Amino acid sequence: MSGDLLVQLLLSGIGMGFIFALIAIGLTLIYGVMNVVNFAHGEFLMLSMYASYLAFATWGADPIVTLPFVAALMFVFGLLVYYLLVRRVMQGSMNSQIFATFGLMVFLQAAAQFIMGADYFAVRGGLLSGVLEVGSLILPAPQLAAVVGASTATGVLYWLVFRTATGRSLRAASQDRQAASTLGINVDRMYALAWGIGAACVGIAGSLLSNFYPVFPRVGAIFVLIAYVAVALGGFGSIHGALVAGVIIGLLQVLAGFFISSQLKFVPVYLLYLIVVLVRPRGLFGRL
Amino acid sequence: MFTGNPAGRFVVLFCSVFWFGLAHSADEVRVGALYPLSGQVAKSGEDTVNAIRLAVDIINNKYPDLGVPFAATEGLPALGNAKITLLIADHQGSPETGAAEAERLIVQQKAVALIGAFHSSVAATSSQVAERMGVPYISGESEASTLTERGFKWFFRTTPSSRTQARDFFTFLRELNKGSKDQVRTIAVVHENTLWGQEFAKSVEGYLPEFSDFKLVADISYQQGTADVTSEVQRLIAAKPDVVFHASYDAEAILFARTYKQYKFSPRGVMAIGAAFGSSAFRQALGPDANFYLIREHWSRDLASKNRVVAQVAKLYRDRFGKDMDGTPARAFSAMMTLADAINRAGSADPKKIRDALAATNLAPDKLIMPWTGIRFDQTGQNDLTRGIFVQTLDGAPRMVWPFDQAAAKLVWPRPAGR
Repeated sequence: MSGDLLVQLLLSGIGMGFIFALIAIGLTLIYGVMNVVNFAHGEFLMLSMYASYLAFATWGADPIVTLPFVAALMFVFGLLVYYLLVRRVMQGSMNSQIFATFGLMVFLQAAAQFIMGADYFAVRGGLLSGVLEVGSLILPAPQLAAVVGASTATGVLYWLVFRTATGRSLRAASQDRQAASTLGINVDRMYALAWGIGAACVGIAGSLLSNFYPVFPRVGAIFVLIAYVAVALGGFGSIHGALVAGVIIGLLQVLAGFFISSQLKFVPVYLLYLIVVLVRPRGLFGRL
Repeated sequence: MFTGNPAGRFVVLFCSVFWFGLAHSADEVRVGALYPLSGQVAKSGEDTVNAIRLAVDIINNKYPDLGVPFAATEGLPALGNAKITLLIADHQGSPETGAAEAERLIVQQKAVALIGAFHSSVAATSSQVAERMGVPYISGESEASTLTERGFKWFFRTTPSSRTQARDFFTFLRELNKGSKDQVRTIAVVHENTLWGQEFAKSVEGYLPEFSDFKLVADISYQQGTADVTSEVQRLIAAKPDVVFHASYDAEAILFARTYKQYKFSPRGVMAIGAAFGSSAFRQALGPDANFYLIREHWSRDLASKNRVVAQVAKLYRDRFGKDMDGTPARAFSAMMTLADAINRAGSADPKKIRDALAATNLAPDKLIMPWTGIRFDQTGQNDLTRGIFVQTLDGAPRMVWPFDQAAAKLVWPRPAGR
């Protein structure tokens, strides 16, 4: 096999990896701040893809143009989910939190099918639908955008969490809810913020994805499973962990799909995950 | 329980003859139809039953201008113009419900023949009931190959099985190669890994010894519901097949087509089983890039250009149900007409006689709305005169391009590069 092919595989793997990472970052942020797993995360992705598609179909607006609006919309949606649903079950047992977000997942899927039908919709000829050619190598534009998007999102989140007063409050709220409240931090607001930002991240991922992936009610499930693995692999709550794990997964699945079998392309991914969990239960970059 | 007792046998015989004489007096023949009318595929089930309703209506009433059998007369002529009474049962896509409904149709509703069942899984269970009770069962659209491999005596299938559908891919390529300098030699199969895709790939491999002029260079089985097909497409690029055979559902069909374009993978042809590569979602998602994909279909309105009856039946269907006929209703219609033909030749509403008449079926192509060379059942009850068609999306619309002698548009081959 030629060197070009290997480089092409690596680049494609990294490109897809950044898309997985972008989805995982929002998930890990919510988990990191409040120890709640958002089972409806895939459906957040589905909603943002529908939003991008509808804007495209109605006004002909390109997903890259509507990206900030979709992200803002998803931010508000994240806040709503927190205030209307998650906040109410935080006092309950772990189970009620699981069932609340799981129920939200089922509800959103069913609602999407009810309103939009089970059909497949796709944005056609968006600005990001092309490819960038470097010599004989091909770099799909949505993947390039994901590289930029995911890196930027990680960078901005880092800056926000570790360099700003709000970030300090976020971290305080995630470390010790009561102590943080005693110190005058509005914990409730911090949690809401985490949900908002987490949803906005997945909104960006959805906007980028809608450039090449069709949207349908169950589209979230396809990506979110990978995102869960990325979060666990990278370490629960670790933002850069999710980024690194997403890229590792993207690379592994492309290489395994090419060299082993495309049916089994996620086997090495889950195998690595198992090994990491066994040897290092907190994940690659997680804290204990 | 009456075996060995001649008097008892006589009583049974007498009662059954008497019974049929009573229940199936010459004015009606009761046929049970098993279809999914609620649940996930209710819409398709309804469309399919509508075609059967139309067939029964044509049989029972006079359609003087229509060129199909029984249109000119009222009812079945050999049974004193008896009419067919259609008993429709909803199996909801459940094999258990299908079996129970089959039993109810036979025992309580006195159906003398069954037609069904859309889902192969339901056809499997409900035909088992029919087999046990000695009632003929005809299927016009349940495709699983195994259905006719069970050694059943009462099961007949007019539609090609999924295995025989794969044969058309080779026949097509062989005809294409005839007299062409640009020979197609290498094939890749790309398929999803549930039963449907696996069966297709297995069938393709099974035909390779017979079609030894072709070589399989890649067999790519992928997980249904995959997020990314880069590695699959890279493997195809490395294998350099002349032609790709595809068995994919909608989302992946779109994803594959887009990834092909991204990586400039351009085989001479992409041929697909199932409707995904020609669906309206696919065409809407890809615009001009949806052109030139070949889809193996059962039926097309383009058949009307060579067969007047197709246009007539398609128009009746459209006028009555407000929707265009497609492959599955067309096949169900043909199954019902085949059953009616057998009942008429049997000259009786006796299930055994209908079964024997079905086994002796030999319908000529000009009586059909299908592109088949006729209807004739082999030992297993499978129609061995079926023939598929290939439809190619040209200028955004599906056009029938094969069989070449019936084509409504000229095949574009090889597919223009960069598409």
